[in-house]
Amino acid sequence: MALVLAPELPLPTWLAALDAQIARAPTFFDGRPVVTDLGALPAGTPDVAGFLKSLEERGIRIIGTEGAHPSWSGIEAWGRPFPATNKPGRPMTIPDEAPKNTPAPAPVAAEASSLVLDEPVRSGQSVVFERGDVTILGSVASGAEVMAGGSIHIYGALRGRAIAGLAGNSKARIFCRKMQAELLAIDGVYQTADDMPAALVGRAVQAWLEGEQMKMTALD
Amino acid sequence: MAKVLVVTSGKGGVGKTTSTAALGAALAQNGANVVVVDFDVGLRNLDLVMGAERRVVYDLINVVQGDAKLAQALIRDKRIENLSLLPASQTRDKDALTNEGVARVIGELREKFDWVICDSPAGIEKGAMLAMYHADVAVVVTNPEVSSVRDSDRIIGMLDSKTARAEKGERVEKHLLLTRYDPGRAARGEMLNVDDVLEILSIPLLGIIPESQEVLQASNIGSPVTLANPNGVAARAYFEAARRLGGEKIEVVVPMERKGFISRLFGRRVA
Repeated sequence: MALVLAPELPLPTWLAALDAQIARAPTFFDGRPVVTDLGALPAGTPDVAGFLKSLEERGIRIIGTEGAHPSWSGIEAWGRPFPATNKPGRPMTIPDEAPKNTPAPAPVAAEASSLVLDEPVRSGQSVVFERGDVTILGSVASGAEVMAGGSIHIYGALRGRAIAGLAGNSKARIFCRKMQAELLAIDGVYQTADDMPAALVGRAVQAWLEGEQMKMTALD
Repeated sequence: MAKVLVVTSGKGGVGKTTSTAALGAALAQNGANVVVVDFDVGLRNLDLVMGAERRVVYDLINVVQGDAKLAQALIRDKRIENLSLLPASQTRDKDALTNEGVARVIGELREKFDWVICDSPAGIEKGAMLAMYHADVAVVVTNPEVSSVRDSDRIIGMLDSKTARAEKGERVEKHLLLTRYDPGRAARGEMLNVDDVLEILSIPLLGIIPESQEVLQASNIGSPVTLANPNGVAARAYFEAARRLGGEKIEVVVPMERKGFISRLFGRRVA
């Protein structure tokens, strides 16, 4: 990941602001590759190469430039110019405090969008997975709860609580092989055991939302 | 190799202490070197059931805190010499137990015995957590009724997450001991039957102990039921459970008291 610096006119004022930022967070640019986005500077800006040199004197390591005007000379020394695009680097918030000297986080594996559990969920346990679907190969005990951002699939008896569509996903559904739930909820609409149709208890069931109403039907 | 076994349940009054004494004595009667450890600090009972209450000098807390040596606190059973008891303190509470102290005591017991059987207090607080922490094997004692089953389920979840083995990514071997089972009442739907409980808890069945006067009588005379009445139906169920703990494969059958025709006719007591 590279930082993008987008200098603006007047350059001395922009440099002063940069210096103030460096004074607040002296290690902020340490070891970070930087791309300068020069798209905001008009074609007539004098001595752009000298300006980039003054950035380097501040310990900023420039790996490339973007949006450079073809008439400017000496720019190539600061890395091959990236073609100007309509999509410069995304704006980034700069922390007010010096970042702590923490080691770089280990590369994170691509975040899974579903969670599969091979074991029963025991009473008192709570499974929360906000990013997507939860599949459980086993039962969910009375007094246990499963919460998912997406749908919930239970290949066993559901005796506890199942709460699907946590983050406002009204398309989420709940499936279970044996419905003895204490509570079902989808996107905030819930039903307790008392309200559930007695004919469905103990059967394979799916639940979904139609508007503000929870619907349930047997699967077998 | 020594095995640490915790007898636990979550719910109180289901028969943890009785089962600890009976299983411990049964394993010792089969020749193993056994110690039963009372973790129910503040409400000690195991010494009473073992009939050793008048011989307690030092207790688990004294050993954990280093005030007494383990050998001073261990009480050897008068009936079976390869059965010992490490009693709990009645005057202290569970906060007196420390993680390091318990770890050291369990380590020392592992060197001396084949089986270290820990009688867990009820509940899911510190005492129960410490009793299960070092366990290799757990016996989950459950009565055939819904609140006991749900508490047992909670405890099984903790055995899978809050023990030393779980922290190392290993598993605690778990067994279900169904106690106070009355086949007649289960058949009439007045209590859960064996299949219901097994379906909910989904752990292997170690044994079924029938509701029996023998168990109560044995406790009252201060003797594990396997010693007091070794030919009784409850004792035989405990003996079989002990053999299954040792790895033998014996089919579990619902124990029935041998009744004559007349007593079967009048078997339904008036409550």
